[in-house]
Amino acid sequence: MTTAPVMLGEIKRVVTLTVDGREVRVPEGSTILQAMKAEGTPEQADTPTLCWAPNLTPINACRVCVVEVEGSRVLVPSCARTVEDGMQVRTDSEKVRHSRRMVLELLASSVDMSQAGADVARWMQDYGVDADRYGPPAPPAAAGERDRRHAGHHHAPDGSHAETVAQPVKVDNDLYVRDYSRCILCYKCVKACGTDAQFTFAISAAGRGFDARIATEFDAELPDSACVYCGNCIGVCPTGALKSVREHELREADDWDPEEETVTTTICSFCGVGCNLELHVQQGSIVNVTSPADHSVTHGHLCVKGRFGFQHVQNL
Amino acid sequence: MDLRLSAAEATAEERAAVDALLDPLLGPREVDDRAGPDSGHEARGRRHLLLPALHAVSDAVGYLSEGALNHVATRLSVPPADVYGVATFYAMFTVEPRARRVVHVCDDVACGPVGGEDLAARLTADLGPEGVGEEACWVRSPCLGLCERAPAVMFQVAGEPDFSQAPAHADDVVAAARGGATAVEADAAFADPRVSVPQTRAPRGEGLRLLRRIGVVDPGSLDDYRAHGGYEALRRAVELGASRVVRELKDSALTGRGGAAFPTGVKWEGVATAQVRPHYLVCNADESEPGTFKDRVLMEYDPFGLVEAMTIAGWATGCERGYLYIRGEYPLATRRLEHAIEEARRRGFLGADVLGEGFTFDIELRRGAGAYICGEETALLNSIEGFRGEPRNKPPFPSVSGLFGKPTVINNVETLYNVLQVLDVGGPAFASVGAERSTGTKLFCVAGSVAVPGVYEVEFGTTLRELLTLAGGLRGELRTILLGGAAGGFVMPDQLDVPLTLEGAREIGATLGSGVVLAFDTDADLVATLRRIAAFFRDESCGQCVPCRVGTVRQEEALARLERGAPLGDRETELALLDDLARVMRDASICGLGQTAPAAVQSALSLRLLSSPADPSTNGHRRVGP
Ligand SMILES: Cc1cc2nc3c(=O)[nH]c(=O)nc-3n(C[C@H](O)[C@H](O)[C@H](O)COP(=O)(O)O)c2cc1C
Ligand code: SF4
Ligand code: SF4
Ligand code: SF4
Ligand code: FES
Ligand code: FES
Repeated sequence: MTTAPVMLGEIKRVVTLTVDGREVRVPEGSTILQAMKAEGTPEQADTPTLCWAPNLTPINACRVCVVEVEGSRVLVPSCARTVEDGMQVRTDSEKVRHSRRMVLELLASSVDMSQAGADVARWMQDYGVDADRYGPPAPPAAAGERDRRHAGHHHAPDGSHAETVAQPVKVDNDLYVRDYSRCILCYKCVKACGTDAQFTFAISAAGRGFDARIATEFDAELPDSACVYCGNCIGVCPTGALKSVREHELREADDWDPEEETVTTTICSFCGVGCNLELHVQQGSIVNVTSPADHSVTHGHLCVKGRFGFQHVQNL
Repeated sequence: MDLRLSAAEATAEERAAVDALLDPLLGPREVDDRAGPDSGHEARGRRHLLLPALHAVSDAVGYLSEGALNHVATRLSVPPADVYGVATFYAMFTVEPRARRVVHVCDDVACGPVGGEDLAARLTADLGPEGVGEEACWVRSPCLGLCERAPAVMFQVAGEPDFSQAPAHADDVVAAARGGATAVEADAAFADPRVSVPQTRAPRGEGLRLLRRIGVVDPGSLDDYRAHGGYEALRRAVELGASRVVRELKDSALTGRGGAAFPTGVKWEGVATAQVRPHYLVCNADESEPGTFKDRVLMEYDPFGLVEAMTIAGWATGCERGYLYIRGEYPLATRRLEHAIEEARRRGFLGADVLGEGFTFDIELRRGAGAYICGEETALLNSIEGFRGEPRNKPPFPSVSGLFGKPTVINNVETLYNVLQVLDVGGPAFASVGAERSTGTKLFCVAGSVAVPGVYEVEFGTTLRELLTLAGGLRGELRTILLGGAAGGFVMPDQLDVPLTLEGAREIGATLGSGVVLAFDTDADLVATLRRIAAFFRDESCGQCVPCRVGTVRQEEALARLERGAPLGDRETELALLDDLARVMRDASICGLGQTAPAAVQSALSLRLLSSPADPSTNGHRRVGP
């Protein structure tokens, strides 16, 4: 018989707020988003998010999850704002819908969102995103060009094209690629590499404004950087900007078939920690290794051996 | 934390520059970077020295090499990727080799049309294209805060002090770029305060309060400052006691002059009564809103006034340390303040036992490095702490969790000078001038098509027309006035009787913002002005949130299409697009930058100032540059 661990957490006061006129009661310290996911209607629970993840502290950058809170002139990020007694939240107003639509639209007009997953595709449909109305996309930047832009300086556009972050994919090691044409600058990878999981601090946001980007020091290639290939950044990337070389190659070869994919859960045997692993298998070989975000040991994060050590399993 | 560094090593010059700054603060250490950084508890407390360390390198050699960044990373125990992220955030830094003399040419709203663009053309001819050159190069710059003396340039010189020239004459700029000028000579051109503060010309304006010492006091002399009433306010504050000072401030109804108009007394009370210790004071001297130069003028001509006001603020709110964060493009104000702080410290007006009254207060000056966003209070805090100048999520507000997570008072420079006045006359008397939330006097930065541009002090409630008259009236026929700055809006000739109060401005859908009053005559090219404003926000967005990061790009693109008369769809489609962008920027951006980025554009559109952008007859004549 197994006994679940007894969590001796603080006993939390309950806070009452209303969401779209409906009363909701949640523990003190919850965010509005958590309240909506736990106690909201199906629509409220389906609030779009991009920079939020259950296993990261709220980042509050993308602004797709905004809601109206009475008394606040501007919209409020539901993923980051904690609930207060008597708070009145609206999620279904025109103001909210407009902002969510525009955030998705602005991203879709500047970033390749085609691998951002089914939820994002559905939200874009639901909110009526029309990315084409900003004009034809500008041609992709040359390799490294976006990395050399200088803060506070840009060439005045003539408006004939919509500027984008399109650029060649960075393939500089055997384990994973960085396809920053797909980067929405959600900072999740930075947090996962830093204070939220890995404490390696191999990457940071660099540059400023539309020319901001995720970078290693001096844009060094990964093998020359502090990266330890734990792949935790891949695990949290919402758009497919970071992915294993294996997945990248299969996709390039048009051989990527998520429908066919099977997932096997196992426990990593490399060390005594015992991380839960999910082996994603396509055509008889492992293409990715992940760990569930709600797993009490890993919180979704792994090390290089668990993440990329599958070569040794396959060779057995 | 173990840092992994690349093989690049700092040169002796770079190393010396960093160590000269850090050794006195951290104590010297073995200089072998490969030995790895110091670790442990102490290391956590060093990150706030990152920006000063980057300045030290940039000041010495003109750019930030990979080796220099490695050395900084090691000495401060900051991951090199983070150091790079911070270094590339600021416009005054560059991580690529650059000429040792760099001319920053203001091409912003006030300077561009009256010589800024001509200077850019001349420098292109004489030095080469923007950013290119061995010994010297030139780059474009947003407003340098010298608009009353337009056109303006600022020199960044490796190994020598930086300096400004304004009004900048092409031959002088070229000569200075070739090495023929020093900071001492350049500063001398700013010796006469009457140029920037016309009310100090004879006959001296009546009722000057904030400006009362300007032109009278020697900005370099503490004794002279005291001879002109200096440090009487601090004495009075100490007599009254801290809680009474906060009361006077609340009675005065003084509101913040940095743009958000928050009641200062309420802010002070919040920090003064906060349980968590220590408390910090921050003076926001980042003044980078295009068209704004009032704080610079105060700091240049009455620097001790700010030192005294900060001391009062620190004492009343229980802070032992105040940070004075000044924009990197203000070399003269920085020099004057550094001198004033040193003098005050030497004479016991700062330090462990101020005035012999048994309290401790000291001021640390921090230079920004070219980032308008660092004027936003939480971005400023991040910048001081050594992080990228990205605004934080609010709440919590700084008065609860500010610098290093501690209760923090942040005030604008002009707000703090008002504190001296409140102590001088008392809260109720202060409040008797003006009305409602607009009490006391206000500084306005009057520039553009007026006869006598400069900083003007008037009582709240003075009309815009009266202010323009004070500035000698208009040059040419008035087309419109940009009120409040790039984050403000336009006011039309038939609205000149608006009383200049927070409430009066709001009534006509405008804002006083940072006190910008920039006049445009009928020859002005307003489309170019709006494009410059749109470009400004695109450049200055920190990039953190989508509405602002991408919205400012799309706004600029749409304006460009309108300017060319090449809309996607028709003109109405473009206006609807701009409106959609404005709404998401206003409603969903994290901070005030994104929220106000569409303000001027929307204001111009709604006033039909761009009724037909491609038609010069309604927009003035476009300057034809080479
Ligand atoms: C983009 C942006 C730039 C700002 N720049 C400045 C500035 O340069 N100086 C300033 O005092 N306040 C500036 N502010 C306002 C500050 O956030 C803050 O409200 C102010 O410093 C508070 O001081 P006060 O209460 O004395 O006005 C800026 C705000 C935003 C959103
Ligand atoms: S793989 Fe791990 S160490 Fe490398 S960048 Fe990603 S999170 Fe950081
Ligand atoms: S690479 Fe992925 S996780 Fe990192 S900021 Fe870009 S989209 Fe987010
Ligand atoms: S509104 Fe603009 S400047 Fe402010 S946080 Fe967002 S991106 Fe940064
Ligand atoms: S999900 Fe809330 S701001 Fe990104
Ligand atoms: S100094 Fe040039 S516009 Fe202000």
